[in-house]
Amino acid sequence: MKVSLNWLRDYVDLAQPVKELADRLTMSGNEVKGVEIVGQTWDNIVVGQIAAVEPHPNADRLTLVTVDLGMERSTVVCGAPNVRVGDKVPFAKVGAYLIDGHTGERVQLKAAKIRGIVSEGMACSEKELGISDSHEGLMILPAEAPVGVPLADYLGDAVLDMDITPNRPDCLSVIGIAREVAALTRKEARVPAVHYDEEGPPIEQKVSVEIVDADLCRRYCASLIEGVKIGDSPPWIQQRLLACGMRPINNVVDITNYVMLEYGQPLHAFDFGQIGGGKIIVRRASEGERITSLDGVDRTLTSDMLVIADSVIPVAIAGVMGGADSEVIGITRSILLESANFNPASIRRTSMNLKLRSEASLRFERGISPELTLRALRRATQLILELGGGTAARGVIDVYPGRRDPRRIQFPLWQVKRLLGIEMKMDQVSEILGSLGFECRPQGPSEVEVTVPYWRVDVSEAADLVEELARIVGYDYIPTTTMSGPLPGPQFDPQVTVREKLREFMVGCGFQEVISYSLVSLERLAVAGPVKEALRVANPLSREQEYLRTSLWPSLLAVLGSNQRHEEGGIRLFEIGKAYLRRGDDLPEEREVLGGVVSGPRSGVSWLGPQGWLDFFDIKGVVDALLDRLGIEADFRPVEKETLHPGRAAEVVVGDEVIGLMGEVHPRLVESLDLLPQTVAIFELEIPKLASRAGLGRGYRPLSRFPESDRDIAVVVDTEVPAKKVMDIIKGFPLVTRVTLFDVYTGAQIPPGKKSLAFRVVYQSTTHTLTDEEIQGLERDIVARLSQETGAVLRSR
Amino acid sequence: MLAELEQLKARAFSELDVIDNLKHLEEWRLRYLGRKGSLTLVLRGLSGLPLEERRVVGAAANEIKAALEAGLKQKQDSLKEQSLAVALQKSRIDVTLPGYPVNVGRFHPTTQTIREVCAVFASMGFQVIEGPEVEWDYYNFEALNIPRDHPARDMWATLWVEAPEGENPMLLRTHTSPMQIRLMEKTRPPVRAVIPGKTYRYEATDATHESMFYQIEGLAVDRGITMGDLKGTLFEFARRVFGEERRARFRCDYFPFVEPGVEMAIDCWVCRGKGCRLCGNTGWIEILGAGMVHPQVLRRVDYDPDVYSGFAFGVGVERIPMLRYGIEDIRLFYGNDLRFLKQF
Ligand SMILES: [Zn+2]
Repeated sequence: MKVSLNWLRDYVDLAQPVKELADRLTMSGNEVKGVEIVGQTWDNIVVGQIAAVEPHPNADRLTLVTVDLGMERSTVVCGAPNVRVGDKVPFAKVGAYLIDGHTGERVQLKAAKIRGIVSEGMACSEKELGISDSHEGLMILPAEAPVGVPLADYLGDAVLDMDITPNRPDCLSVIGIAREVAALTRKEARVPAVHYDEEGPPIEQKVSVEIVDADLCRRYCASLIEGVKIGDSPPWIQQRLLACGMRPINNVVDITNYVMLEYGQPLHAFDFGQIGGGKIIVRRASEGERITSLDGVDRTLTSDMLVIADSVIPVAIAGVMGGADSEVIGITRSILLESANFNPASIRRTSMNLKLRSEASLRFERGISPELTLRALRRATQLILELGGGTAARGVIDVYPGRRDPRRIQFPLWQVKRLLGIEMKMDQVSEILGSLGFECRPQGPSEVEVTVPYWRVDVSEAADLVEELARIVGYDYIPTTTMSGPLPGPQFDPQVTVREKLREFMVGCGFQEVISYSLVSLERLAVAGPVKEALRVANPLSREQEYLRTSLWPSLLAVLGSNQRHEEGGIRLFEIGKAYLRRGDDLPEEREVLGGVVSGPRSGVSWLGPQGWLDFFDIKGVVDALLDRLGIEADFRPVEKETLHPGRAAEVVVGDEVIGLMGEVHPRLVESLDLLPQTVAIFELEIPKLASRAGLGRGYRPLSRFPESDRDIAVVVDTEVPAKKVMDIIKGFPLVTRVTLFDVYTGAQIPPGKKSLAFRVVYQSTTHTLTDEEIQGLERDIVARLSQETGAVLRSR
Repeated sequence: MLAELEQLKARAFSELDVIDNLKHLEEWRLRYLGRKGSLTLVLRGLSGLPLEERRVVGAAANEIKAALEAGLKQKQDSLKEQSLAVALQKSRIDVTLPGYPVNVGRFHPTTQTIREVCAVFASMGFQVIEGPEVEWDYYNFEALNIPRDHPARDMWATLWVEAPEGENPMLLRTHTSPMQIRLMEKTRPPVRAVIPGKTYRYEATDATHESMFYQIEGLAVDRGITMGDLKGTLFEFARRVFGEERRARFRCDYFPFVEPGVEMAIDCWVCRGKGCRLCGNTGWIEILGAGMVHPQVLRRVDYDPDVYSGFAFGVGVERIPMLRYGIEDIRLFYGNDLRFLKQF
């Protein structure tokens, strides 16, 4: 909403500088986003009156114009077609800055010789002043413009660009802002007095209005003016409309817009000659009914949309836009002026469904007061009579099925203390609320009955009144205090604890945390997660963000890809985020997962030499350590997945439950994702499953006073035998405290299909120093068990 | 005999003087002090001497032996010292050479900010809780006093989730505020919590708009909580996060689920209030929206608004590091360019 200060001054005295006014409005809830000063650049431009017009001796299309500037006269060469003696025009003296009508650039005016005649100054068009794009002729100022006065003093203005919140439709009007200013600056707001003669026949003889769907139309008022002459509206209306960002059309349409901006009540003018049967019916459209709206678009309506119809067809989409057939145009003689109030939700639905948001629908959907209709109607009727002539029919139509009593609120003053923490006295409360138009009737010493003014549709209970008080006194007035009440009981979410531990662990392992979009494309989704369980966004912003991901892998691989080209060393990424999994018609399961990916050289380029390439065992090391940290014993089961290298993939299993998946990304997928052709290892673990098992494996064991003995043992087994199985058997023996696999070997001396596994086994007793004999005995037992359970053969000591 | 001994001593010491390595020193030791060494032989030959002489010579020989042993020890020490010095000299390095590369992991700047802000509120007695990102229309709008077809819905352009047609559509939460309702539905006052989380908007992205971003919601409800408490809590937050000397201010603003509603700004630390690019020439930087919980919202969860009052606020997470570090494009956060992430 743009508000011209010149206009605002009609309704309230403005005593403070623009900046201060803008600040006060902003602080009290009506944000001023910017202030545009009109005429700021109009130095050396004054109001002039054309005193004489003579032909240019050397050019047919130019004239010599003598302009009276009050104390002096100036004769200049002029090319405009509309020079007329007696007209008042903006006159730029040498040195003024004007916008070049052709190039649009700002240039300084110099004395010039045009076809042999020296011209010092010029009469200006609107475009040259930067007021509008009009450059067809001179700008003609109103007759009352004072000759010789700087144009900025006469026409200068400041326009506030305001952000009006949806709860304040009353502030989508100049009068609404004037009321705010009045309350903030302790002034009175003045509302225009409306009076006009009704010299025509009674309106009921010509027009009838029927509201069929009263649930969607709270009030319908109309007036009729016959014999109107359609033409341009006067400059002052045009200027104000332009200042507020609206385009002038003709006097009647401009007046409806002008009064809408003034009162906040949208109005619509029909060419009464086009209203069949002189009958207005407010009804729902029939399904598929059509109308061509004022913007020339042919629209198909649905049965939940309200229309204004004559006896046959819709003539307007109620509260949204008029129809082209009954538009007021040059030959229109009779005007049926509508000022109505429609159901806000219905208007909003209609305008959204038609994708047609108008200044009118914007106001109606916010729920303006039905009390406005008649006031605005009479104001607009008066202006039409004044500026377009004609005769008003006697009386107005006023059908008002939605009438409500003014809202009254019982307001105990302790509500102020309760919500703001400060005391306010009855006087102060009454004064502030009174300045905003609320009527206050004290009910005893500490309670007041407040009657809400009709325009304040947003105020319905005590808390609303407290806000009014706070915003007018200013929030600085409220002291800063510290809460002293009891605290809620402690809360503990083991999943969050484990999750944050994991986050720290991953960072400690040298992984960079990333956070990626929860929405992915179908193609990306299909890379990893189950597509069937994925939820789709009904109105996606793009195909790239269409599905809620069911795994972090699509995102992690995308992030890897986008960084590979510019990262020098290896990349290690992790993310802790959610997988979203459909759960019938209920909200989806939002499963927290930890995902990680590594690829590239294990170490950056270094004079200390290369360290090989990141692969399966880098993430295996991390997962092993992470599980150990949480005290979780897990198994790793080879698994085949389309996305993973068939021989380098594993499920992470605890008990019977799969808690995660890891492996090297299938080379085919690496290629299709356009990743660098190198090993990519990736994993994902379900955090809830980790959290529910964390800590189970922990237990304190006293340190032994007796020495450890370590022995190496190497066995040969079939290639298929998992190393972990061998290791677990050894670990299972008493007195074995640690087992480390330090060599895996195939090749010379090992038969084909076999591999050698070498372990360092640490033995220790808590009761005595182990003897060689004891240890050898244990080793024999171990080998025997391994041989029995895995077919292992002892290779060497 | 004594003269011989003296000669031997003199020879031994003069030889010892010039020895410069352990091998020669060992040869020297064998020559004089070894089992067949000169001095050992002297001592062994004592038995053939008369008692009186034996005593005199013996004493002298023992004295010399002790002197030679002391000399040997001294020489040993000094040679060890020398060889260590040589070894140290040889193993000198260029200390400016880079070390073995270490992989340094970092938290995402959003994580860092959430942790920091939540810690501030936790220290003021706020619990930290979380909630679902896929929400019902009811929690995201309806219960927050934003009915269907209400113009305030324009404030939250929504991504809807495809689900069977129903009275309660599914959506991606547009703010963390639905957790106000969920939390109050399952607890009774006192309530004091902050709720960090992802939120989503149907919004074309540019330098200041993202379709996904994080918020931290705050809620405190009990008997006697006032806007003064809201000011106290949020001003403290502003000082802890943006600096001790920051000033903060409230201005009236509208959010359907609070009344009165406010927006908080802090004074611009670049221009100190004079106006600059950072603050859009206003001297103030808006950082969050807040207000007293709307009585309609309290009624919705069966809290009596005449008994309980409370405040709520919502902070945009990314905005904090953006302001702090002068990051001008919010899209950097979830674009995950490592060159960006590694700076935090
Ligand atoms: Zn600044």
